Amino acid sequence: MDLNAVEDIIPVRDRAALARAHTGAAGTAVLAGGTWLFSCEQPHLRVLVDLTAMGWEPWTVSARGLRLAATCPVAELAAVPARPGWAAHPLLRWCVRALLASSAVRSVATVGGNLCTALPAGAVTSLAVALDGAVELWGPDGSTRHLPVEELVVGDGRTALRPGEVVRALDLPERALRGRTASRRTCLQRLGRSASLVTARADEDGAFTLAVTAATSRPVVLRWPAAPPAGRAVRDVRAAVQEGPGWFSDVHGDPDWRCAVTLRSVAEVVEELDRPGGAS
Amino acid sequence: MKLTVDGTATEVEPRPGQCLRTLLREGSCTAVKKGCDSGDCGACTVLVDGAPVRSCLYPALRAADREVTTAAGLAPAGCLHPVQQRFVDAAGFQCGFCTPGMVVTAAALDERQRADLDEHLKGNLCRCTGYRSVREAVAGDRDPSTPPPARSGAVGEAVSAPAAHRVVTGTEPFTLDLADGDVPPGLLHVAVLRSPHAHARVRSIDVRAAAALEGVHLVLTHHDVPQVLFSTGRHQDRLDDPDDTLVLDPVLRHHGQRVAVAVAESVALAEEALRAVVVDYEVLPAVLDPHRAGEPGAPLLHADKDADASRIADPGANLVAQLHSEVGDVASAFAAAHTVVEGTWRTQRVAHLALETHGAVGWLDERGRLVVRSSTQVPFLVRDELARVLDLPRERVRVLAARVGGGFGGKQEMLVEDLVALAVLRTGRPVQYETTRREALTALPTRHPMSVRVRLGADADGTLTALAVDLLSDAGAYGNHSPGVMFHSVHESVATYRCANKRVDARAVYTNSVPSGAFRGYGLGQVVFALESALDDLARELGLDPFAVRRRNVVVPGDRFVATTDPAVTGEDDGLRFGSYGLDQCLDLVERELPRGGDPVPDGPGWRTGSGIALSMIATVPPRGHVAEVSAALLADGTWELNVGTAEFGNGTTTVHTQIAVQALGTTADRLRLRQADTDVTGHDTGAFGSAGSVVAGRALLTACERLAGQVRALAAERFGADPAEVVLHPDGVRCGNRTATLADLHAQAVRATGRGPRAEGRDDAALRSVAFNVQGFRVAVQPATGEVRVLRSVHAVDAGVVLNPVQLRGQVEGGVAQAIGSALFEEVHRHPDGSPATTSLREYHAPRAADLGETQVLFADTVDAVGPLGAKSMSEAPYNPVAPALANAVRDATGVRLRELPMRPDRVWRALREVAERA
Repeated sequence: MDLNAVEDIIPVRDRAALARAHTGAAGTAVLAGGTWLFSCEQPHLRVLVDLTAMGWEPWTVSARGLRLAATCPVAELAAVPARPGWAAHPLLRWCVRALLASSAVRSVATVGGNLCTALPAGAVTSLAVALDGAVELWGPDGSTRHLPVEELVVGDGRTALRPGEVVRALDLPERALRGRTASRRTCLQRLGRSASLVTARADEDGAFTLAVTAATSRPVVLRWPAAPPAGRAVRDVRAAVQEGPGWFSDVHGDPDWRCAVTLRSVAEVVEELDRPGGAS
Repeated sequence: MKLTVDGTATEVEPRPGQCLRTLLREGSCTAVKKGCDSGDCGACTVLVDGAPVRSCLYPALRAADREVTTAAGLAPAGCLHPVQQRFVDAAGFQCGFCTPGMVVTAAALDERQRADLDEHLKGNLCRCTGYRSVREAVAGDRDPSTPPPARSGAVGEAVSAPAAHRVVTGTEPFTLDLADGDVPPGLLHVAVLRSPHAHARVRSIDVRAAAALEGVHLVLTHHDVPQVLFSTGRHQDRLDDPDDTLVLDPVLRHHGQRVAVAVAESVALAEEALRAVVVDYEVLPAVLDPHRAGEPGAPLLHADKDADASRIADPGANLVAQLHSEVGDVASAFAAAHTVVEGTWRTQRVAHLALETHGAVGWLDERGRLVVRSSTQVPFLVRDELARVLDLPRERVRVLAARVGGGFGGKQEMLVEDLVALAVLRTGRPVQYETTRREALTALPTRHPMSVRVRLGADADGTLTALAVDLLSDAGAYGNHSPGVMFHSVHESVATYRCANKRVDARAVYTNSVPSGAFRGYGLGQVVFALESALDDLARELGLDPFAVRRRNVVVPGDRFVATTDPAVTGEDDGLRFGSYGLDQCLDLVERELPRGGDPVPDGPGWRTGSGIALSMIATVPPRGHVAEVSAALLADGTWELNVGTAEFGNGTTTVHTQIAVQALGTTADRLRLRQADTDVTGHDTGAFGSAGSVVAGRALLTACERLAGQVRALAAERFGADPAEVVLHPDGVRCGNRTATLADLHAQAVRATGRGPRAEGRDDAALRSVAFNVQGFRVAVQPATGEVRVLRSVHAVDAGVVLNPVQLRGQVEGGVAQAIGSALFEEVHRHPDGSPATTSLREYHAPRAADLGETQVLFADTVDAVGPLGAKSMSEAPYNPVAPALANAVRDATGVRLRELPMRPDRVWRALREVAERA
């Protein structure tokens, strides 16, 4: 929709220009794909700082893993080719399809935008926490810091970004990409907005990671040195959510149901990865 | 910046926060539609450098130096892209508002994507069709054994909509698709400030800063409007609805009620003006729960009104309307019954979600008349009420509708026209008001939420002996349609079953909620949900088959229609007749077909399966008057002109009217010019609601065309010295034996003789009405662990009399079933405990997508109606009504658990099953 209060869109081409334009002022926001910004009224915004002219390579692969630029279109995630040993590769495509948004939106929406919108059902958030993803953040003073995504998304629509800070990239480490994964998604409708997203990952060294998104206002991530029995995983997840953010409630599902379907999914993914050669 | 649109390069200057859609539309590229404005419906889809994007989310500046392709540019002018041709052949649209975006999306799909339409159509919402025909068009897998619908044909043939080619190319204009010259220059725009409280009084309001802004022409508050109470709900008899509404009221009775209105050079300026309005609100206690609204001490919404003058049953008890009536002796019958079942069923707030939001544009014509072009189902009724509220003679107001982008009852209201008209009169300028999707979801009427208690008593053999309904309807803050919906809800529903003892208690109450209004089914669906569920329980109690218990009790020809009174006792005649009867056939058809075929049970553990049916009856025309006046004329060039008042919004009346004229005049569709939905073209038309468009105006049109054909035959007979009965009309002229004359010659002959060409009028007042029937059957699978309900098989049989157009009727039924599945399983307008909206965009309102719906097999009973035109009965809202109970009955069959509240969302189904399991 038209953002009628916006008076200026400033395209930035380098970090210095970005720092000048995006100082953390209240009426300024960062624009990437624009699919969320332009989807609701933004009467408080006067200036949009357009990152798409930064010219960041959408994704790069190195020995350290996969780096996704903040401006990488979400749809491109599904097109990143598999590398030898990347057992977790199918999760990329799975998470893209978990988005409520249609392919016409996903081809414009970005990795950074999905993370910073910080919706509980944000599928890039799910992907990132499933694979120990961390973001590189650029501060307006020229500083750079790194933050695990489970610490970036702190609540429904809330992030740990400081004023003027911008997500530069999401790094998915090689170790995690080599893990076997299993995932479950539940929603009130087929292909609707996720009400519960559960991912599990078994690394080559046996370390086990379980992540819950959508059913909680922020990601809940549990780690074990080795795969836990399903019953223990269920108990631990239940406790972690209850002591943490609690079960999320909105029009996309009631909290008691979210709890039930999430714990069911937890048991399923643990059992799936427990089967020799099971899952991917 | 440079922008190329459909091959034409243009130089444009977008505003910084502008999206591509509004830039394109401002450039008269109206093939691009606004549906949701949040990227969720797909109506604005365009190709940017060949890739599909949502133009409402796409910053306009980003389109610099790019090529944009819309539905109008997919193929050279005058030609159709193969996908567009397939949409025509599959009849893949009804209102057609989603179609340009759908066509663009489909054109960009590759072979692999076309094989997975669940995923690749999930971002394209169609509210009318139910997607079967859309899938067929997109996938290109139409059954080649049935020919595509013809462009012209008589009654009974499969004929495509006359506007089909324009709809699929995006060139058919909807309400606000203005071409150069449609509206005088100098268009102003409206924005509305809406109440942030459920109940409040405006203590003071200061608009000085707003009015002083450059480009702002007018700011209206409650100080500036006519002090005339009216109702937004529109009926033939304006006294049907309570006069309880002002254009702007200092008392705000619901979240989202209008507070102030700005009229400015642009929407942006009007919004800016509203931000400068200073309002001091006195917040009042609110009542949101309809059960509390009638209790002593509850906040009163309309205590300031005179009950008689406003036609409110009791403003001192928040009571809009009530009905208490008994036939026979219900108490004794229950006491003596072998078996009694009872329960209370609840339905939620449902949005119509017409893809075209309410909107209107108004101006003063060269004669100084007020003209309003509106997205309305009822142009004549809006004209009459505008004249009344604004104190203008009716002749000084003209209301017209272009093609309307979906209605479903939501446009049987005057929701925008009053503001536009007032602004035009005050500024002298043309003024447009296009409501936002947010306004549509948070401030405009919804379906009535109801709580319906049903008790049934029966003999051991399942014969009903007592039937009692106790209903509470949540009117919301204003009474529009609430009396009508309440009375209708307990009429055909209760009258469906023969039973000597019936009692109805019904109340519609004010609450501080968004008003409820007319919605497909007009109250019947809510009561049918309760009644058909209760009947299913009764059959189970008695160990009877659900078909058998219905056959034993349904009305049959010869019975009286007894709902709340017995006509044999009162002597009243509301014109309702068994013009035909196909309910028996419908039951037989569903019983035969339901067990056949269907999807397999889904993979995974724990799925339980079951079947359920439900039926409903509906009067073919609303009671209390429905009038259509039409005329037909032969023009000098030998073509025909039809003047009909009915609006086209996907109901398909234009197609049916054309078929009637083709048959009666012996012509072809391309020789007909249908002028419609305009108070200037004919005397009166009550409007397209209550499924009346095809049958009432259709009968009037048939009369007019037959008279006109008679005149033309008489002219030819005179010319040839023959008997008029020997004259045959054909598309190019008349034939009498071996003599022929062109229609142009006959027109000239008439002008020479009488000074004018042949012209005839037809009128129908629906004094007699018939009944139509629907039976829905479902087989479902339910997964207790998640609460998911999956439809495996859906069969729907209709008794619509003679089928005027099989393709179109099938589409209406599929669409009605689809909308009802949405209401039954997903849809709900949510709000927070303080009454503020929680559903503000399409993302929080899940209307069915292609992935949510399988195919519904549609079956027709073979009947000929004695009342309707050419043996036909209306069939447009009715398919909606039996769907929810049929689904609930199937879920009950599968799980043993009776769900009494809609929607049957997975979380609710899961909880209900768990509670039963825990009790056991």
